[in-house]
Amino acid sequence: MSLQSPLRRVMGLGSAKEGAGHWWAQRLTAIALVPLGLWFVFSVLGLDHGQYELVRAWIADPAHAILLLLLILALLYHSCLGLQVVIEDYVHGATKVATLISVQFAHVLVAVSSIYAIIVVSVGAGT
Amino acid sequence: MARADRPLSPHVGIYRWQVANTLSILHRATGVFLSIGALVLAGWLISVASGYQAYARVNEWLMGPFGALLLLGWTFCFFYHLCNGVRHLGWDIGLGFEKERARRTGWLTVAVSVVLTLGFWVVAFGSQGS
Repeated sequence: MSLQSPLRRVMGLGSAKEGAGHWWAQRLTAIALVPLGLWFVFSVLGLDHGQYELVRAWIADPAHAILLLLLILALLYHSCLGLQVVIEDYVHGATKVATLISVQFAHVLVAVSSIYAIIVVSVGAGT
Repeated sequence: MARADRPLSPHVGIYRWQVANTLSILHRATGVFLSIGALVLAGWLISVASGYQAYARVNEWLMGPFGALLLLGWTFCFFYHLCNGVRHLGWDIGLGFEKERARRTGWLTVAVSVVLTLGFWVVAFGSQGS
């Protein structure tokens, strides 16, 4: 008989001691991306083939800006987690670690740049 | 348990291609391709913030033949990854694991993603004149 609680037994499992964190985060972002992704894809249809003033005004709308920020966060987090698994499966040795680090840095860079762009368009800065 | 009774994972070299494993690897492939799409989405947002000239160049490329082909690919990958993702979420809560049902939802996923992609592009081309 073990005196460990069930919680103690399942916390921090896996070789990197992260437990079900990766798995759970991938599911949470997946669920979030169902409405956010559908909203974005069908909204794009209303942008008249990307007419500039229309696109700017669309992004600047507060509700759209907030949804876009949520989309970018969920999308890049989900993408980062997914690519991590793919890399872990197909890339080996020292290249694996280098690829993982590059991919994670790239995701943070892309997320921050997109968020910055959305904010700039929303507050009407830039040209 | 005797060694021989252990469940074996499929031997990839002699594994017959069927719906389940085809859709599984397609889920990965579309996911990777969509990650590249996220990069383009970011570039598109940054170009909007950078002003008309930068934006016009990006938009012209996206509306050109190569850009449009990529967009067609991304819309299909998006709808496929979304439908198959929902299928995966169902499995996570224990729904639809039966062999026949998994096969049926697999084909349904393909059909729905093709229909959604076609529908998207019909609407996109329909709004051309407006």
